[in-house]
Amino acid sequence: MTDQPKPNAPEDAAPDSMSRRGFVKDAGTLSATSLLGTAALMTNSDEAEANGNWAEWFQGNYRLMTQEEKDEAIARLERRYTNEYGKKVTVDSTPAEKGVLFGYALNIQKCIGCRRCAKACVEENNQSRGDQEIEWIRVLKMEKGEFNSVKMGDGYPESYGIQVGGNAYSASGVVLEGEHYYEPEKVPEEDAFYMPIACMQCEKPPCVKVCPVRTTYREPDGIVVVDYNWCIGCRMCIGACPYWARRFNWGEPNLPKEEMNPKTHYLGNRPRMKGVVEKCTFCVQRTRKGRYPACVEVCPVGARKFGNLLDPESEVRRVLADKRVFRLKAELNTYPKFFYYMD
Amino acid sequence: MKKLASFVVDYWVYVLKGGVKFYAWLGFLSLFLIGWAYGNFMQLSQGMIVTGLSDQVSWGLYLANFVFLVGVAAGAVTVVFPAYVYKHKGLHEVTVLGEMVAIAAVVMCMLFVLNHMGRPDRLWHMLPFIGIYNWPGSMLTWDVIVLVGYLILNVIGGFYFLYKKYAQEPLDKGFYMPVIYIAIVWALSIHTVTAFLINTMPARPMWHHGMMPIRFITTAFAAGPSLIIIVFTIVRTNTKFWIRDEALDMLAQIVIWCLGIALFLTLSEVVTEFYHPTEHSLGLQYLMFGHNGLTGLVPWFWFSMVAMVVSFILLLIPSVRKNYRRLPYVCALAFVGIWVEKGMGLLIPGSIPTPIGEFTEYSPSIVEIFNSLGNWAIGFIVLTLLLKGAIGVLLGEVKYASE
Repeated sequence: MTDQPKPNAPEDAAPDSMSRRGFVKDAGTLSATSLLGTAALMTNSDEAEANGNWAEWFQGNYRLMTQEEKDEAIARLERRYTNEYGKKVTVDSTPAEKGVLFGYALNIQKCIGCRRCAKACVEENNQSRGDQEIEWIRVLKMEKGEFNSVKMGDGYPESYGIQVGGNAYSASGVVLEGEHYYEPEKVPEEDAFYMPIACMQCEKPPCVKVCPVRTTYREPDGIVVVDYNWCIGCRMCIGACPYWARRFNWGEPNLPKEEMNPKTHYLGNRPRMKGVVEKCTFCVQRTRKGRYPACVEVCPVGARKFGNLLDPESEVRRVLADKRVFRLKAELNTYPKFFYYMD
Repeated sequence: MKKLASFVVDYWVYVLKGGVKFYAWLGFLSLFLIGWAYGNFMQLSQGMIVTGLSDQVSWGLYLANFVFLVGVAAGAVTVVFPAYVYKHKGLHEVTVLGEMVAIAAVVMCMLFVLNHMGRPDRLWHMLPFIGIYNWPGSMLTWDVIVLVGYLILNVIGGFYFLYKKYAQEPLDKGFYMPVIYIAIVWALSIHTVTAFLINTMPARPMWHHGMMPIRFITTAFAAGPSLIIIVFTIVRTNTKFWIRDEALDMLAQIVIWCLGIALFLTLSEVVTEFYHPTEHSLGLQYLMFGHNGLTGLVPWFWFSMVAMVVSFILLLIPSVRKNYRRLPYVCALAFVGIWVEKGMGLLIPGSIPTPIGEFTEYSPSIVEIFNSLGNWAIGFIVLTLLLKGAIGVLLGEVKYASE
């Protein structure tokens, strides 16, 4: 980030400001107050720019900010990101809609393990690339069980009278002993099935409970989010998550300008900084605008379903009603809103 | 007020004046600060990427040292408790030295926590009122409360005593005794809460059992007095201040029993987890025997077991226990054994395998090692200065001279 153009240079201040203001006008979803706040901060005085980083450092917890403070913080971020990535970046703040509780259902019978979802997720959500690549979705490859006659004789009592060995010692089924680094020529592989995992958006999230500064919390529509600007990087949440869904920015994230997705949400895919935790947000920047998460959109076999759990006609509700559904590690009482099912 | 000001001045003048040995020791410790400065610079500028940590094993050497040192801090109560509850004469004379050990240990704890944090610049987010303090929900906030409280109690208890001694005034028992008794209970709380910090997470089955707090307490009350025995031995052989044999005997007794119970608890866990191993036993299995050729922690575990068992047996032998030249070496063995057991042996395998069953090895990077050594060095510098001042006051070499 050292070779970026000087953001404060007065000559490019004016056009930059103009076009950005134009863009903000186009984004009709922003509230009127937000527009005012944005415009007020778009005067682009050198002083304001210089104070930007300090102001960001001093900003409060997002959930407790007044609307005015939120608008200020967002305008500040938009300005910084726009300068850093050399394109108009918007930071959305659309709140949760009443009567919406998001749910996700994944058909493990259909999943072929192609990992297009994982790739689409990275592209959509501005994760770090390269050496420090962060992926929110990991696909576990599960070995199919085998019972063969060669191992038949192994299952008989040994001298101590305890039954050991045998066919059942082989891996089989959904037991979370899959591996997620598989590199086959072609998927699906012969003797495997696949089980993608990501944040389960728990109803009772252990990660939220352990956070000492409440930087991670549940939104009213059920999405567990992180205020990246408030996170102190203690990684208690990583320890507490039973699904290994959380990732840490160990170094400065590596997000190439040209690959950066400029349509962001404050609680979702806006670029992160080093030393903070991040995770799947059900693509909050998309789903609060009535779109599907990127992983749902890209899945070539339609294994991924997403919708409003409070709407009886939604796809997820249909799945819950008609299919054989289970949740991962249900015994831990985290009540995920991410369901697995089979036809 | 004038008295207090002259106490501060006299105290520091005395503390900073010493012989060749004293300066050589401080100079030696300061050498570690070079690596520490480099390590902290690297970590603050590059991020946690310069550590050996990963998303799989995200808690490492820093937290391991933190957990251990909370125990050492709590262990100081083994001096205070017999002194005031059982009126142990030998320990009563040196209570304040135990408090100084506790202060130094808490200082180290805080340094390690700062190193562990990804964003130490945002520590203010934890300040109540200015930031958000997720209390009582988050166990970490409990830990901060008990640690800061313990530090304050020991600073008040220790320095109030020293000041009164300096001013040659009697202690106000109505003020002093409550501080002491609260500090005794508080010492138990700091290590209990630190155990709760990691054992309240069902995602980590290796830690998720009710035996954890008592295991923490017993190892703490073995490691703490072990260090204190070493410190007391150094004090009585290198300064004019004599610490009675009975004090060392009492501490050695505490070490024996706590070490014995700690070993018993470890064995109980091994039997429970191995009689019918489940998925929840994988961490312990990996720790003890490795997994498919990944054996990073195996030597650490067996070293700590050998160190703890050997020091336990040696301490049971009266001719070793009562030999005050040999005793500190046995205590050093116990101390190191527990450091490994609680650090690399308990904290690291809690993350291995990950909740989705992945085995990833962790070994600390050079930056982590530099920073950890530096934190220990700072702790020992603080301890040296605190002890020197306290001993000066106890000896009467620092006292209020009324003109």
